[in-house]
Amino acid sequence: MPLADATVQTVIRCEQVHRRYTMGDAEVHAVRGIDLEIARGEFAAITGPSGCGKSTLLHLLGAIDAPSSGRVLVNGRDTATLGDAEATTFRLQHVGFVFQRFYLMPTLSAQENVELPLAEAGLGKAARRSRASELLGYVGLGDRRGHRPTQLSGGEQQRVAIARALANSPALLLADEPTGELDAATGERLLDLFRQLNRDGTTLVFVTHDHVVADTAQRVIRLLDGQVSSDTRRGER
Amino acid sequence: MSMRATLAFATLRRHPARTVLAVLGIAVAAALLLDMVMLATGMRESFRSLLLTRGYQLRVSPKGTLPFDSEATIDGATAIVAALRANPDITAVSPALGTTLALPGQAFPSVFTLGLEADVQGDYVLEAGRDMPVTAGPSAPLPAVVNHTFLVRTGKRLGDTLTVAAGIDAQLRTAARNRVVVLTGEGRFFYVPAETPVMALPLPDVRTLLGPEYRDRMSVAMAESRLGDSVSVEAVRSWIATTQPRVTAISTETAIRQVEERLSYFRQLAFVLGAISLGIGFLLVATLVTLSVNERRGEIAVLRAIGTQKGGVLRQVLLEGFMLSGAGITGGLFLGLITAKWLNGILRDFPGLPAAFDFFLWSPEAAWKSLALLLVSGTLAGLLPAWRAASIPIIRSLREDAVG
Repeated sequence: MPLADATVQTVIRCEQVHRRYTMGDAEVHAVRGIDLEIARGEFAAITGPSGCGKSTLLHLLGAIDAPSSGRVLVNGRDTATLGDAEATTFRLQHVGFVFQRFYLMPTLSAQENVELPLAEAGLGKAARRSRASELLGYVGLGDRRGHRPTQLSGGEQQRVAIARALANSPALLLADEPTGELDAATGERLLDLFRQLNRDGTTLVFVTHDHVVADTAQRVIRLLDGQVSSDTRRGER
Repeated sequence: MSMRATLAFATLRRHPARTVLAVLGIAVAAALLLDMVMLATGMRESFRSLLLTRGYQLRVSPKGTLPFDSEATIDGATAIVAALRANPDITAVSPALGTTLALPGQAFPSVFTLGLEADVQGDYVLEAGRDMPVTAGPSAPLPAVVNHTFLVRTGKRLGDTLTVAAGIDAQLRTAARNRVVVLTGEGRFFYVPAETPVMALPLPDVRTLLGPEYRDRMSVAMAESRLGDSVSVEAVRSWIATTQPRVTAISTETAIRQVEERLSYFRQLAFVLGAISLGIGFLLVATLVTLSVNERRGEIAVLRAIGTQKGGVLRQVLLEGFMLSGAGITGGLFLGLITAKWLNGILRDFPGLPAAFDFFLWSPEAAWKSLALLLVSGTLAGLLPAWRAASIPIIRSLREDAVG
């Protein structure tokens, strides 16, 4: 059975999603009854102050966390019904992740980092190489394939991470503070790349605490205390 | 190389000094294990090989004694040897009479001498010169085969002559019988310590030299069963025990069992040290892989987030343990063989050991089994850290890593 229906136009649907967890002795109610829909091809930013539940929501959308109550449907599939192995396969096939700290494997080359999810998906060596080269060319690093992360700038590392996230052609690309560790100019170039990706058909949701960065998206979802305080599209702002 | 192998190899390369030290540690553990296995099996196999050097599976010695365990001899040797040779299940019998002959005028006073029948003897292999005949006759110089130590210590060469004497009267300083001996051959004697000078002479001539009371005596006889399997050898041994009440017949297997009993201390020591080396290898791999996993919690969480299954992480970490163990064992194989050769050289110099005896013997099956055991142990040592890595909570690890 396919893990998700790629034909649905709503990529993400959240229905009364709550997420509570304990931290030390305290219970944190990070997400409080969020209802949200993100359509295929959207470019959305989730923003808000520190501790408002942005990253928690992103993790829920990416099926690396499950809601305490409510439903998160990605490509029509309720992520809470997935077992660990199914959720992992789901992430591999349908979700691409970009992290603030890049999280590239420091001992592998850029090419090998991009090949990792392709190898997990079972692609042969030649196909992996070809796809990784193509993606690194797409993010402007065609000539840096053999470089290790330590030999790349922060912006280049984040581009490799994006190429890795795109490896298995996911329906959804999720990014957690993707410009957080980059200087302003490099961050701006990265956002250009996001816009390019979106124009090419990728559904993209990213989390940022920076209003200026958030405003580059077509849609800005502001959270406050775990709830959506505003949800605006370009032209409405 | 698969992606998982590439990543495992790259992970080990990340801290080269630490990995090299761990591999060296495992190599030392593997070398110790290999040496202990070689020691535990080597003495037994070496002893077996020593006893079977010339194919004789049975030793016949005076009743209640082991071969050359005492100075006792067997009277009526001719009849006993004839009876053995008449048995169709016995293909060869080699009688031997051991004694000490005086060497008047030489650098050392006496030499251990074996009276042997050259055509069936199983005590030496000729390495230079000519072998001795079955008998030399009463007047001619006695042809002798001696070992290298004898030649060195007497300063003689092949072709030289010297006098041997028997029946020494200590008070009168006279010998009852003297014979001139010509050194015709140099041989390697299997059962005599390399540092001991030894001489082999034709058996009838030794008997004559020792006097009338030795005319029909032997110290030991070796017999070869027509069929070499243990059941047939045991049947022959049993027949000798029944028909020859004045002798004790002992088979190679029995002798090995007796030696094993005497050497059980060595085997226990080897077993304990081998087990310790296995434990050290296990702990080294477990420590290094655990350390590596703890350092990479964030990376492993990301691997899980981007689609690596728990089983994939488990295999990844196990592969690291396997690679570490494999590299260490490869080094340990060479290190173990070198140290075994060195230790064998030291131990073989112990006085009183037969020249052809080894302590450390390369026994492929035992060696490969022990190294495979270490490889499995080292790989399994990665199991706990691998399981912990596979169970890493993704979000918490990412959060901790971001804070850290």
